[in-house]
Amino acid sequence: MDLSEINFAVLVASLIVASTPLVLAALGELIVEKSGVLNLGVEGMMIIGAVAGFIVGVETGSAYIGMIAAAVAGALLSLLFAFIILIMQANQVASGLALTIFGLGIAALMGHPYTGIKSPQISTISIPILSEIPILGTMFFQHDLIVYLSLISVLTIWYFLTRMRAGLILRSVGEDHDVAHSLGYRVITIRFLAIVFGGAMAGVGGGYLSLFRVPQWTEGMTAGAGWIALALVVFSGWRPFRLLIGAYIFGGITILQLNLQAIGVNINIAVLSMAPYLATILALVVISMSRFRGNRGAPGCLGRSFVKTI
Amino acid sequence: MNSKIKNTLFQCRAINKEFGNVKANDDISINIGNSQIHALLGENGAGKSTLVKIIYGLLQPDSGSMTFLDKEFLPKSPKDARAQGVGMVFQHFSLFEPLTAFENILLGLDKGIGEKELHESVIRLSESYGLEVNLSSFIGDLSAGERQRVEIIRALIQKPKLLIMDEPTSVLTPFECESLFKTLKKLASEGTSILYISHKLKEIADLCDTASVLRKGAIVGEYDPKKMTARELGEIMVGQPLFEPKRPVATNKRKKVLSVKINEVKPDTQFGVTLKNIDLEVYQSEILGIGGVAGNGQEELMQILTGEKKARSVIIKYLDYNVEMLNPRERREIGLAFAPEERLGHAAVGNLNLLENSLITDPKRRFQKNMGFINFSELNEFTNEIIEKFNVKTTGASALASSLSGGNLQKFVVGREIEQKPSLFIVNQPTWGVDALSAANIRQAIVEIANNGAAIILISQDLDEILEISNKVAFLTNGSLSTPTNTAEIKTDEIGAIMGGISD
Repeated sequence: MDLSEINFAVLVASLIVASTPLVLAALGELIVEKSGVLNLGVEGMMIIGAVAGFIVGVETGSAYIGMIAAAVAGALLSLLFAFIILIMQANQVASGLALTIFGLGIAALMGHPYTGIKSPQISTISIPILSEIPILGTMFFQHDLIVYLSLISVLTIWYFLTRMRAGLILRSVGEDHDVAHSLGYRVITIRFLAIVFGGAMAGVGGGYLSLFRVPQWTEGMTAGAGWIALALVVFSGWRPFRLLIGAYIFGGITILQLNLQAIGVNINIAVLSMAPYLATILALVVISMSRFRGNRGAPGCLGRSFVKTI
Repeated sequence: MNSKIKNTLFQCRAINKEFGNVKANDDISINIGNSQIHALLGENGAGKSTLVKIIYGLLQPDSGSMTFLDKEFLPKSPKDARAQGVGMVFQHFSLFEPLTAFENILLGLDKGIGEKELHESVIRLSESYGLEVNLSSFIGDLSAGERQRVEIIRALIQKPKLLIMDEPTSVLTPFECESLFKTLKKLASEGTSILYISHKLKEIADLCDTASVLRKGAIVGEYDPKKMTARELGEIMVGQPLFEPKRPVATNKRKKVLSVKINEVKPDTQFGVTLKNIDLEVYQSEILGIGGVAGNGQEELMQILTGEKKARSVIIKYLDYNVEMLNPRERREIGLAFAPEERLGHAAVGNLNLLENSLITDPKRRFQKNMGFINFSELNEFTNEIIEKFNVKTTGASALASSLSGGNLQKFVVGREIEQKPSLFIVNQPTWGVDALSAANIRQAIVEIANNGAAIILISQDLDEILEISNKVAFLTNGSLSTPTNTAEIKTDEIGAIMGGISD
């Protein structure tokens, strides 16, 4: 075992890549939950995004057109969820779980002919000057377009939630839908838009997996990333920047354990592979124990159906 | 009908609204003039809320028409109503607790506005109308009185032509009421008409130019409140003669039931009140009234008394027991009963029905058979008795607590506690949002258990209520309690001095 075999700069660069699908999907779910809806179908929407993105990417030869298809596919699947829980007022937890199972199944079916096919070429964008800084350049400024977009999304969503009127309205619907309704805000419409946005973001996260990170299609390739994204939202206390940090910590542990496996550390591989998931559980426990969790994190109406009473 | 109506601002004609088989509004017509303060009087369930919801666009009438500013008026949503110049302050605060006062005000606006600009207009409003509010505090940390100020500012900031106030004083002390009335009179003199919903008759005489009285969904008539006594108006409202409860007769040979000594208890949130120098005693057959402006430590004191919050520096002696380290359930088991101010969340569980809500505060396990099975027949009997005796308007004992109107749930909660026949009953705001007849009933029931030997601590911001039935009175100011005085010996100007010192 030789730890010096691990190149720190490359490690950081690859942890960013590994975390990007999580950042994207979790940001989408953050918006959904801020509107008061709990969508446990993130995993299903991600894998639909992964397969649809891959198919369109391969057929058109462009990874970016593939990404657009991934977003559309995720959004389409979330429409189903939105209809069930907003119009039919079904239980959100059960509907979300069903969405995940449905998504996994249909993705396997659609993706079967594409297993083992090469994905379209992608290029990284080196930011001039910055990318030439030693070490830091490799870490942060030689990535593909989506990585930069994910970071911009964090900033945009933070700005939207804390500085914009529309963000405040979204939060108010999630905190107390009855009051929001009595003030004349359209709870169902707002939640609908949030769910579709969440679906698109999960789709993009999945598309990034199959087109950029891996990049190829294998059945069940999301491997629980959707669940991790859900956990990250809780971990972050529904705050975009903490969410980013959480995603990078998780991505970091994933990459580190892969590297440790590669250099042959004397720890059981099963234990190493478990590490990111254990870390998630541990982080959630610590977060919910600590005093700073703040009761203002979770939206007041999270997971509750809105029924017009007046 | 009234000489003050020079020209009409708002008019509704033959409004009808049915829910199932219940006619909530039956052929209602009213006129509101410019710069007029128009009272809408009626008991709980008389149809006041339905009518104002129609005016504010939350409900659409089955038939009937409205005109506002000489135009046909049929708002499809509150947003629509606000855009046309109707503002509303709700009875159940329509505020988002996890958000700040500022964010709440912002959410009441229909278009975006610069943060600085809004700050300035809010400050202008609070200064000219005496509505003090800390904009950065979270609503969850504010008292009822402060919350209402936020609501009023939120409505006023849109410069409405017609402002609907739904029972605005039910949580205010006389001083807060006075300043609210000043605000409303000033608004009226500046050209805003006010539709004022209340069942407090004295304030209507003081404030309103005209009163439309509703009973069972229909208009009984329109009256000039300044030319009638509160009692006359009240009897028109309930449709039967009113009675006034008498305070319990204090006899001499009585046991001390409770003594409380608090040196200092710090609040849990930064917006709470520090309780200090509280020393009180209550005897059998005695009602101790605790008055004071909202947010002066009522909630904190209530939490200490119920055991929701425990503090080592507190000494609470109940009969021969030291109870300060007991939790609410343990206190209930030895004969205490409580009715906290928040009906949902503290006094009752919204998603449980009334039977279940009776069951969860069953200190003596009357509704339990052997092995933990529920005795449904007893439970049904008990719950139905409360519903009947306290005139709780509900579809039945199996209705969810959250489906009851605030006033009716209040009647249920107070009734439930009184029917436990406690030796000590501690109640905060027993008649908040309850109509005149039921309020008199609730007070009467409290007096009755006191006459039968119970000791009562009555925390209320309704000074009339306290003076009416308490044997002794004390006032909470900034977390400390004045020395209890016999009600008969206290003078109104003294109260003014005690409470006036605080509100500065």
